[in-house]
Amino acid sequence: MKQLFRGGIHPNDGKALSRGGTPVPMPAPSRVIIPMSQHIGAPCSPLVKVGDTVKLGQKIGDGEGVCSPVHASVSGTVAAVEQMPIPGGRKAVCVVIENDGKDTPDTAIQPRKSHKELSPAELAGIVREAGICGMGGAAYPTNSKILSTAGKTETLLINACECEPYITSDDMVMCTWPEKVIMGARIVADVIGAKHTVIAVEDNKPEAIEALKAKAEGQEDIEIRALPTRYPQGAKKQLILAVTGREVAPGARTGALFNVTTIYSIYRAVYEGLPITEKVVTVTGEGANAPKNVIVRIGTPLEEVLNFAGGVKEETCKVVCGGPMMGVAQGDLSVPVVKGTNALLCLVNPNPPAADPTCIRCGKCMEACPMGLQPLNLYRYVNSGNKEELQRLNMEDCMECGCCAYVCPGHLPLVETFKAGKKLLKEVKR
Amino acid sequence: MNLTVTSAPHIRSGDSTQRTMLDVLIALIPALIAGVVLFGMRALVLTVISAAGCVVAELLVNLVMRKKPTVGDLSAVVTGVLLAFSLPASCPYWVVLVGDAFAIIVVKGLMGGLGQNVFNPALGGRAIIMLFWPATITRYTTEAVPAFNFGAVDIVSSSTPLQTMARPALPDASLLDMFLGKIGGCIGEVCTLALLIGLVYLLWRKVISWRIPVAYIGAVAVLTLIFNKGDDAFVWMLYSVMGGGVMLGAIFMATDYVTSPAMPAAQLVYGLGCGVLTVIIRYFGIFPEGVTYAILIMNAFAWALDKAVPVKRFGVAKGGAGK
Repeated sequence: MKQLFRGGIHPNDGKALSRGGTPVPMPAPSRVIIPMSQHIGAPCSPLVKVGDTVKLGQKIGDGEGVCSPVHASVSGTVAAVEQMPIPGGRKAVCVVIENDGKDTPDTAIQPRKSHKELSPAELAGIVREAGICGMGGAAYPTNSKILSTAGKTETLLINACECEPYITSDDMVMCTWPEKVIMGARIVADVIGAKHTVIAVEDNKPEAIEALKAKAEGQEDIEIRALPTRYPQGAKKQLILAVTGREVAPGARTGALFNVTTIYSIYRAVYEGLPITEKVVTVTGEGANAPKNVIVRIGTPLEEVLNFAGGVKEETCKVVCGGPMMGVAQGDLSVPVVKGTNALLCLVNPNPPAADPTCIRCGKCMEACPMGLQPLNLYRYVNSGNKEELQRLNMEDCMECGCCAYVCPGHLPLVETFKAGKKLLKEVKR
Repeated sequence: MNLTVTSAPHIRSGDSTQRTMLDVLIALIPALIAGVVLFGMRALVLTVISAAGCVVAELLVNLVMRKKPTVGDLSAVVTGVLLAFSLPASCPYWVVLVGDAFAIIVVKGLMGGLGQNVFNPALGGRAIIMLFWPATITRYTTEAVPAFNFGAVDIVSSSTPLQTMARPALPDASLLDMFLGKIGGCIGEVCTLALLIGLVYLLWRKVISWRIPVAYIGAVAVLTLIFNKGDDAFVWMLYSVMGGGVMLGAIFMATDYVTSPAMPAAQLVYGLGCGVLTVIIRYFGIFPEGVTYAILIMNAFAWALDKAVPVKRFGVAKGGAGK
């Protein structure tokens, strides 16, 4: 099939490593570390203090404005509330809970029998109280998106591309619980008033496509759309282009676009009354002994997840939270799984950027850039601090997908450089 | 377990600068074989000496600039081979070494090394040889040249097709001889067939795009067709395209990444410019051939041409003003 957006790459997807079976539930750890900031927006303030008893699913952190509350992923006692390292090398306030092993449930959120009567504000309320934010990695609070798109949406678009190589957690969610995904889509479509729903899946997931199609049968307004596999098709603007044929203007809202696991989580919140306390995480990579998908409690330290999933090989030299294209390499494996963690990728080849980078101007980066940028010139202008040229060449459109760096024969540190370049431009605007 | 922490992406395509240069060298093998068949082992020895000269010069530059050796990227080897290819097999060995030194030290090294040079190093080396030892590039033979002769080489000089065409008259060589390279000329430029095989390889490996070679050769073809000096315009055009260094220049020199534009539209204009200048220099310059100076002049325009291409922003209609 012909590709549906410009540029991009088609690396070995590595998904066969971890695909298949059903996600394996990991027993809750003896201690969980719940960061108060797992989303884009204002961090939560802890609602509990050291010594408090908490129940499974109890809200333990909340805040004002664009914020997504966090919940206890085990029942037990609060052992600490303090600054701790979180994935990505930063620190945040975390609530540490000693697990009492009882999983005593909190009953603050009651399951609904039907979603037909829900208003957008009511659904947004449920979604907010369940702590749902974009599960594709962006972690933008989902309730805000429901409110901003309600009544204004023709087509509800569900992103099930999972275009990052190696990751299969969305795939496994679709294969294991297709009826919940379809029902989740039904809820959102009905509440925001979308006439048409497109679930976009890349064609390297035939089982997921089949499973969803079977469950969507008879629902004329829900379409399962297979797209030719190509990274970064799951990026918002590329997906909208691939599905609708339209380019989203710079700075424009992307409308009703939800990740498939987010949709699944909305189903769980509405019909099962469950907040986000666990997550399907793909443990994979050439360095993983037994790649698989694991259902992990939020707050479980990464090393415990790796051990449960069969451990890692001696030659593993890099552990990445997320996929190989945009994931974040971890230096510390004591940090916890958070809502946005979809994979733990264990790599045996570090693939560092060149120590002495030389651009030969081959132009392959321009061909690969899905935004039509000129990475080779941006690289030059960031390094020379030429802000005018960076603006003229639309530096701000870079979404750091990494296609340019992937193809670069000189192994230039392009993505790092562009992050620095965007900071440079923000300073100008201030 | 020692964990490496670097920025994403964590996988790469496996492409490298070295691999790219290796592809260029592979693409030059047919032309080298043709050169050896036509001009004897001296063609090979001259090519090897030139490549070695460039590598030594590059090491010298690295040493003086206190940088790690960069010869592993093979770009110096490419420069050495291309410079040898643009010289007749009879060129004295020491002359090519002077050209190598100038190419690597002055044209490339002093500009900051690979990626920073404005002009194509091999053509810069050739230009300096033309300046000081024009006789070495104006005397050609169609016979094998003795390899073990380290000074000026005695050859039975015969005129090249381009020298004949400058009179103007049609060359004695048939069009088939032109295509196969059974003519006087430089080591790597005579055999059109071998160069086209190299072009196909480079296109297949996606090392270069079709734009520069097609625009270059196309411009030469159209101009010599219109402003022909023979009885048959088409025949004159074919001799013009296959004679001299147009093929070698259009496929291997004008496409040098560092010294040519990267934007597709700019590449077309650049190729056209090379073709137009080649014909102008051939028709009005003092040398019968114009490829060297045509490409060197267009090298100077590469950056400006890239910058002149309008920026098309994602989500903004053509000609739109942005947000």
